Amino acid sequence: MSAVTSRSNWKKWRFLLLRRFCQLMVPILFLASPYLVQWTGDTLLINGNLSSSLTLGILPMSDPLAVLQGLLAGHPMVARGLIGAGVVILLYGLLGGRSFCSWVCPINPITDLAAWLRKKLGIRNSHKLSRSSRYWILAMVLVLPLVTGMMVWELFNPVSQMIRGLLFGMGAGWYLIAAVFLFDFLISTRGWCGHLCPLGAFYGLVGRISPLQVSATERKHCNDCMDCYAICPEPHILPAALKEKKGDSPVLNKRDCTRCGRCIDVCEKNVFSFQASFNHQIIASTRSDNRVMDSE
Amino acid sequence: MSKNKPSQHDSRTVSRRRFIAGTAQAACAVSLLGLGLSWVGSKSSSPEAQALRPPGALPEDEFLASCLRCSICVRDCPYDVLKLAQPEDPVASGTPYFEARENPCLMCEDIPCITNCPSGSLSPELTDINDARMGLAVLIDRENCLNLQGLRCDVCYRVCPRIDEAITLQLSRNTRTNVHAIFEPVVHSDACTGCGKCEQACVLDEAAIKVVPHKLAQGELGSHYRLGWKEEERTGTQLVPRNLKLPAHRPAGEGS
Repeated sequence: MSAVTSRSNWKKWRFLLLRRFCQLMVPILFLASPYLVQWTGDTLLINGNLSSSLTLGILPMSDPLAVLQGLLAGHPMVARGLIGAGVVILLYGLLGGRSFCSWVCPINPITDLAAWLRKKLGIRNSHKLSRSSRYWILAMVLVLPLVTGMMVWELFNPVSQMIRGLLFGMGAGWYLIAAVFLFDFLISTRGWCGHLCPLGAFYGLVGRISPLQVSATERKHCNDCMDCYAICPEPHILPAALKEKKGDSPVLNKRDCTRCGRCIDVCEKNVFSFQASFNHQIIASTRSDNRVMDSE
Repeated sequence: MSKNKPSQHDSRTVSRRRFIAGTAQAACAVSLLGLGLSWVGSKSSSPEAQALRPPGALPEDEFLASCLRCSICVRDCPYDVLKLAQPEDPVASGTPYFEARENPCLMCEDIPCITNCPSGSLSPELTDINDARMGLAVLIDRENCLNLQGLRCDVCYRVCPRIDEAITLQLSRNTRTNVHAIFEPVVHSDACTGCGKCEQACVLDEAAIKVVPHKLAQGELGSHYRLGWKEEERTGTQLVPRNLKLPAHRPAGEGS
């Protein structure tokens, strides 16, 4: 990053700060709800956790992947769970799919920390994982309940383990979280969130239809400083959007982009911005390119 | 794609052979992973006998197929009876349970733990808490139970929310003194909800009466088996004719 800059500190850090604030508020709202009942009229502001919750006693939200596993395990669920899953799919369908990963998921700060430490300590050694791994794991997560009749993944899912741990005490859950951290820190850069997590894969698929996107709209100003490559958790999506060839759309791959907005923060040339658009032209031209090899 | 035809697409397209090999590799890897997870998962799916599910819980296999691990029942329990399992706990991680000796179910009439369950793992069909079957109390240790030694402890009987229905006292002669009676606490499965009040209240250091899952507590008659007197009650006729003649076998040497 260049030393002389005309951009304010707020502009340089705003999405990171907003994101951390949002990540922090999620468990805080769950934890604070019992203390707020005098204002929320006898019902909890938010009951439950990220697997399934009930806001003010009326708005259900359920982890659609967990509900899907239950359905595949042969259980019909009840209306509240099904509606809750629909609400969440609609919500992230509008808000950018993997925005769950960067704005809500409690594992994200852990893996961000691992990635940051890697950079600070200059650890470059990284086991290369295929970008398609997460879809294989997603398939596994959906096949296991069919075969075993149990929600097998929910016994191991570090995402739900982390939020449960924050709300109810972590216990041996720390081992799982430590495993994810160490995996990202020492074994594979951005290994968990970027390559393996089936929930991220699921929300990525939801995000393909999302109107909220990050776009390199001002890519003509790009001076190839590579700042965005250094911070992007999914840097393989940057070249297609930044380099105008074959009429590539400036929109970052809507399936993989986590809408963290960090590229908007760090870009001195204000190349990137959030866009809300149902424009099918853009959607059509940002079709993900599976054939691009991992840039790591 | 032939090897001697270099092109700019080399890095972007994958040969059929590589595609098939890669797919097979990935499929094998996730299958192995899935096998491992299912194996560990199936081990942790049989809860320990002392961990009881909330009222209305579906049978354990269906429960594990459906519970979203959302903790709403745990938060809605007004007496903090329900606990959310951590990975090292005796039931599947993230699912609700309680331990009767520590903190038994207080059998709220409105059953708030069921009200907001998003999955139906706690069945909304349970509307009367007296119909709950969280487990079955069993007087496991007849040697140390004070009542069975002729004392009048009676605590399990007194605390039972369904006193004289779920637990009754059955009198018999105290053969030690030949003067007093023994008041044996007897649990009746048609009324016991498995709330665990009796286990919590047992005055012994280790409870003599314990609530355990029905599968552990109860025997089951073979489905082909008929009890003559019940059959007679049901059909009005005897299963076996009363004048049935069976050959009498006497011990050898006594003659017939």
